[in-house]
Amino acid sequence: MNIKKVVLFFVIVIFLLFVLFPFYWQLICSLKPPLEIFTRPPEFFTKKLYLKNYYDIFTSSIPFLNYLKNSFIVALFTAIISIIFGCFAGYALGRMKVHYKNIILGIILSSAMFPQIAIVGPLFLIFRKLSLLNTYPGLIIPYCSFGLPLVIWLMMNFFKDLPSDIEDAAKIDGASTIQIMIKIMTPLAIPGIITSIILVFIFAWNEFLFSLIFNTTQAMRTVTVGITMFPGLYEIPWGTIFAASSVVTLPVVIVVLLLQKRIVAGLTAGALK
Amino acid sequence: MKGLLFTLPALALIVLIVFIPIVFTFYLGLFHVDLKTQSAPVFVGLKNYIKLFTDQRVYQALSNTTFFTAASVSIELILGLSFALLLNKRFRFRGLVRTSSLIPWALPTVVTALLWKWIFNDQYGIINELLFRIGLLRDYKAWLGQTNTAMFSVIAADVWKTTPFITIILLAGLQMIPAELYEQSKVDGAGSLKQFCYITLPLLVPSILVALLFRTLDAFRIFDLVYIMTGGGPGNSTETLSSYTYKTLFSFLDFGYGATLSCFTFSCILIISVVYLVFLKRGYEY
Repeated sequence: MNIKKVVLFFVIVIFLLFVLFPFYWQLICSLKPPLEIFTRPPEFFTKKLYLKNYYDIFTSSIPFLNYLKNSFIVALFTAIISIIFGCFAGYALGRMKVHYKNIILGIILSSAMFPQIAIVGPLFLIFRKLSLLNTYPGLIIPYCSFGLPLVIWLMMNFFKDLPSDIEDAAKIDGASTIQIMIKIMTPLAIPGIITSIILVFIFAWNEFLFSLIFNTTQAMRTVTVGITMFPGLYEIPWGTIFAASSVVTLPVVIVVLLLQKRIVAGLTAGALK
Repeated sequence: MKGLLFTLPALALIVLIVFIPIVFTFYLGLFHVDLKTQSAPVFVGLKNYIKLFTDQRVYQALSNTTFFTAASVSIELILGLSFALLLNKRFRFRGLVRTSSLIPWALPTVVTALLWKWIFNDQYGIINELLFRIGLLRDYKAWLGQTNTAMFSVIAADVWKTTPFITIILLAGLQMIPAELYEQSKVDGAGSLKQFCYITLPLLVPSILVALLFRTLDAFRIFDLVYIMTGGGPGNSTETLSSYTYKTLFSFLDFGYGATLSCFTFSCILIISVVYLVFLKRGYEY
């Protein structure tokens, strides 16, 4: 009995080290002065907390705050629109009679398997013609179509599992389908909606390829691309980059810490059902 | 009718953004489109596709992508399964373990790529220092600068990012296996290994297959990690289909050939998906 517990303890420690050490390393390097970063051998700890790296990211020639703002706006609207479209579709596919249901479901789910690189070329040409490059909708629209399959899948399964007595009672009382969906079913589906919002927001916040290609001006660039653009005179300014990385990942980490149960439930529902 | 209307906005968006461009890409591959010269597209028929099959870089990219996918997915699956099995006990800090597992997954790939680029740095990287102290290395290595180690470094970064995610998925699958099966088998005299082979593994197969499917597709489509860690180098040793397609489209601005490469990548993904879905069907029939 005791040996098993010791082994388990070791496994947990190794797992946590494996998972958290690189993240810790990034954090520590962001708090080191350049001299300490560029030394050999590298030290695991730092004697003083060097906060200038964080100060630098907001005073460098890169409009970092602007990048953060852009990322936030894009991610927020992507989440909102995806949830609305996704809930309607998920509700329909989960509880209503839909013509050609299997074909529609097939189209929606298979779109998640398409390689983004194959879409990006023609979409670039199309958006260029429509003046959608370097705009918010230019990113929000593609991001929504990538996020929708997941939302629809989650919400469909969620709505499917809800009991139908309330719905039946409302129908007898003469409520229209839209009324039923918005006033009754949606409030019951709030856990699923929260999970969906989190997953879509994280996806949109982290997205790189489309942002790199579509939003190339400093005014409209998002923070994921922005991090790669810190200039260094002679060498890459790793301290500043890691400070920026830490700032970028902080909201995501907080969300994960607070809502871990929901995220895991959403991901495993997606994978297992 | 109403059901159809409810799904219409989402469906329309998906078809417009995902399906129509794919069709357009196949059509675009028949033209020579050079964005540098701003000239009108010239119809060249199958010339781009012929170039595709004689382009040495395509074979290199395909081989790199396949190697990367096979290596990272198998390592992640083995490690993920091991961790999931070992963590499938009730212990006090299970919440903490699950939360920390999500962090590598939740980080933007950009951040992960920069982080691991630094970890593998040839002069100040922590990997060099750790291996040097243990005695496995005689001197610091230029991991990202040598053709035989660069791919390994990228795989390592991807393994770090994804293994915890796989662990969570498999852990959830393990927890769906009813405990009575294990208890009954113990009564029948089955040891741990037999339990694993006859209860755990078969019931876990659907979860494994689903995780495998999405991971394989994601690995095959990899772009962010390679672009930032190595840019496809050194010497094209880490160039993947996505990074080569990206370069053709947006560095060389050759949208005709880039479209052909996109079609090629898409076709590969299609084949992989079909193969997996066939296996998935068989797995569910257990």
